[in-house]
Amino acid sequence: MASSSEGLASAQLALRYAGLRRRRVYAMLGTGLALFCALLAAAVLLAVLGYVVAQGIGSINWEFLTQLPHPIGVPGGGVGNGIAGSFIMIGIATAMAIPIGLLTGIYLALFGRGPIPEALRFLSDVLSGIPSIAIGLFAYAVLVAPLKHFSAFSASFAFMMLMLPLLVRTSEQAIRTVPQVVREGALALGMSNFRATVRIVIPTAMPAIMTALLLAIARVTGETAPLLFTAFGSQFWEFNPANPMAELSLQVFTYAISPYPTWQAQAWGGALLLISAVCILSVGARLMLRRSQGLQL
Amino acid sequence: MDNLEPRFRRVARFVSPVDRGFAAIVYAGSILFALLIIGLFVELVLGSWPSIAAFKFSFIWKSEWDPVSNKFGALPMIYGTVVSSFIAIALASFVGIMAAVYLSDFAPRWLANPLSFLIELLAAVPSVVYGLWGLFVLAPFVRTGLGPVLQHVLGWTPLFAGPIYGVGLLTGGIILSLMIVPTVTAISRDILVAIPRDLREASMAVGTTKWEMAMRVVLPAARVGIFGACVLALGRALGETIAVTMVIGNRPQISASLFAPSYTLASVIANEFTEATTSLYISALIELGLILFFVSMIVNGVARLMIWSVRGSDRTA
Repeated sequence: MASSSEGLASAQLALRYAGLRRRRVYAMLGTGLALFCALLAAAVLLAVLGYVVAQGIGSINWEFLTQLPHPIGVPGGGVGNGIAGSFIMIGIATAMAIPIGLLTGIYLALFGRGPIPEALRFLSDVLSGIPSIAIGLFAYAVLVAPLKHFSAFSASFAFMMLMLPLLVRTSEQAIRTVPQVVREGALALGMSNFRATVRIVIPTAMPAIMTALLLAIARVTGETAPLLFTAFGSQFWEFNPANPMAELSLQVFTYAISPYPTWQAQAWGGALLLISAVCILSVGARLMLRRSQGLQL
Repeated sequence: MDNLEPRFRRVARFVSPVDRGFAAIVYAGSILFALLIIGLFVELVLGSWPSIAAFKFSFIWKSEWDPVSNKFGALPMIYGTVVSSFIAIALASFVGIMAAVYLSDFAPRWLANPLSFLIELLAAVPSVVYGLWGLFVLAPFVRTGLGPVLQHVLGWTPLFAGPIYGVGLLTGGIILSLMIVPTVTAISRDILVAIPRDLREASMAVGTTKWEMAMRVVLPAARVGIFGACVLALGRALGETIAVTMVIGNRPQISASLFAPSYTLASVIANEFTEATTSLYISALIELGLILFFVSMIVNGVARLMIWSVRGSDRTA
């Protein structure tokens, strides 16, 4: 009698161990699957990056970086005007986005309760989800259609709209994370709110704000869609923002969908430049973020 | 200061002329910001008004897109946008969520940080670069490799029938899925990390394996937020322009086959806006932009509510 109950118990034990073994196998397979998915996502990036580097590196030389595009059929030429255009348009966009974004961020951080700030946050979130092409249409309607004239400035305006949501929300949070005691300390020393904000709070929040700014610049660096009907592109050196202007990502797009192999080769070169710029900006943002986390009191 | 009257406290905080001026500038900047967004909406409505007046709701369900005879129906583009985005989210959600589970619960620290960074970098790769890669690498692969295999196995369904051009709905969907995987992964990982440690410890304490803990305890707790992350990624896919324009074939037609060329709302605007001649044509294109505006506003709003319900609203998604 006793032996049979012992047998039953050991059978149950064996069964339980078998179940455990099965569960462990599942766990191992599952973990492997999850690892595989993570690696797959990273591998896609490496595949795209690797291919762009392999195809683009041959096109990159001094002439490519500094010369105007040559007409179809004439070998050589470069994207110098596009690079200059990118700098000009992104520079103007940044110069417009920083004050508006920072002021709105300060407003939300300092006066941030009640229906109006909530509405503003909602609007900001709405804006961050609006496709860039729709924002391009807005820039067209405001700055191109009334003047009957494509212009680099209208592209900067669209870029600014694309940068704002990230700047607003991040500067709000960065200013909020500056401890209240820092602010009160400044006020206690007799500083006005203005001086306390500008001299103490914002500098403390600066690394986080700079991170957001770099990420926002990275975002618009690769942005092509709104340029199609704002900056429009140009074959020449153009430094006046009131005129149509070349831009690197726009040139890549134009060259990529052209049927000419020489242009397609240049598209790969331009793509490599774009990716390098975006990678540098993203890594810079990362480093900046690390600094900001080190600074938090 | 806390026991002051609220009204008096406000005066006390910004009492000096410098502070008042400062407050005024801050208000002005915020008002400008609000005006820009409201202006965006108003301009899109004004710009599309001729088209709205001419076609009413038939714009959405008519499928004829003929600029020459001034007939505009957006149905083929709505179809192309929706189908390519759903292919994208179908492919991206599983990989993205699994990657997030790995990063939040299984990866050793030395691997988690570089992997997260690589996947986030994937989000920063410019759209036009994906388009270029899609056009010269993915589209030929779909034409000669993936397409024929799919057709061989599943060719009896209308989804995989017909000629394979390389460019088309499927290629557009695949490119979009690459572009939205980082969104799904990054937000899902943030949500999973925010799930309280207690739940994990309780699960391990009753003897589950770590995998069972992740699947049966952590993921269900994060369910709503992760669904929100997928919806947010869907919103990005719906509005994505340049990469899709380069690989979807740009033909306003509705075809059951995923190999067939198609068109999306955003790519019609990108391709045709500068060539639009009549004012009705331009207005119809702006109305496509207005549709995109509304759709992405609704999709993003829903997604954010879901994400906030799990993670709190203190981070930008």
